[in-house]
Amino acid sequence: MGDYSGDMATQSTESAMDGHARANRAAPAYTRTAIALHWLAALLIACNLALGVTMINLALSPFALRLYGWHKWIGITVFLTAATRVAWRWVHPPPPAVAMPLWQRRAAAGTHAALYALMLAIPLSGWVYSSSTGVSVVYLGLFPLPDLVGKDKALAAVLRAVHATLNFTLLALVCLHAGAALRHHVVDRDGVLARMLPFLRRD
Amino acid sequence: MKMLHSFVPSLAVMLMAASGGAGAQGVLIDRSEIRFVAKQTGGGVEGRFRRWKANVDFRPKEPAKSHAEFEIELASIDLASEETETEVRRPAWFDTAKFPVAKFESTTVRGLGGDRYEIDGRLSIKGVTRDISVPVALKTDAGGNSVAEGQFTVKRLDFRVGEGMWADTDAVANEVVIRIRMVLPPVQ
Repeated sequence: MGDYSGDMATQSTESAMDGHARANRAAPAYTRTAIALHWLAALLIACNLALGVTMINLALSPFALRLYGWHKWIGITVFLTAATRVAWRWVHPPPPAVAMPLWQRRAAAGTHAALYALMLAIPLSGWVYSSSTGVSVVYLGLFPLPDLVGKDKALAAVLRAVHATLNFTLLALVCLHAGAALRHHVVDRDGVLARMLPFLRRD
Repeated sequence: MKMLHSFVPSLAVMLMAASGGAGAQGVLIDRSEIRFVAKQTGGGVEGRFRRWKANVDFRPKEPAKSHAEFEIELASIDLASEETETEVRRPAWFDTAKFPVAKFESTTVRGLGGDRYEIDGRLSIKGVTRDISVPVALKTDAGGNSVAEGQFTVKRLDFRVGEGMWADTDAVANEVVIRIRMVLPPVQ
């Protein structure tokens, strides 16, 4: 509340806020590093989901093979980013929760935990799937990763389905996550979204 | 049914003897392998051939009298997926409709000392024949079988395997490492 350096244009909406939201407006944001890693992960995941869907619908060609290679590199980068975020979060706990009903806080915590788990599990499922098809992964074309399992067609079919299912689950949770953040910002008008996008702060 | 049961193994023995020919050893196909590793955008891609025939007369003490012949059914390739297997059967790759079989026939077998041998021969794939040299190490397994293992590299473009857009060696490297493992029963 003490920081009035935010966007003055939003001041006109203040009268519409109830006291509850007012108390939350100035909720402290995540650290800049946490924010940067969050949006980096979001960007990489969006690109890689689009890349994955595109490449599997292309006929085989040298270009398609390159897309497969890039998809794997980006996936490993998502894993490294997620692992860094978990470590960062351990050392720098998130800011205190914005006041909201308990069920929302629990739903948010559960969604966040599931998102972290999927960001770690999906790249690993892709890597083990690639190994099961007999194709080894060389991260950025520089660092050969070990094959996690031997070539096995039956296993590959299962792992392909696992990789796809985990991705659909991630997509659903990302929609829930982003939808909830937007709802908090637009309907509840509290400071939830501003914690991850500080320029939205209304104070 | 009883007759069929006894007939099948004896047929197998007959076929083995027939493919082996005089003085040849039947390679224990189920325990032998013809594998390869190609490189796709930098990463190794493993594969193997499921069906092939061999006619091997290997004489460790008189290597010069040894002889080896292989016929590999190229359509029997085992690769990453059915999609890639279908792709490499097409005309740009092996063109298995026109060239179903790859052949190798030894010309010279030399002892290199110890358990090492070198098999020179001619490899034919897709209508192209090249001289190749295959170093082989021989050992004996617990059952007294001879196990010959060797590895050599071929350049796929020498054999026109991967033409047109697939001649791009950044996507699929020119060099393909072929690994063979042949298990031969003890000489009677």
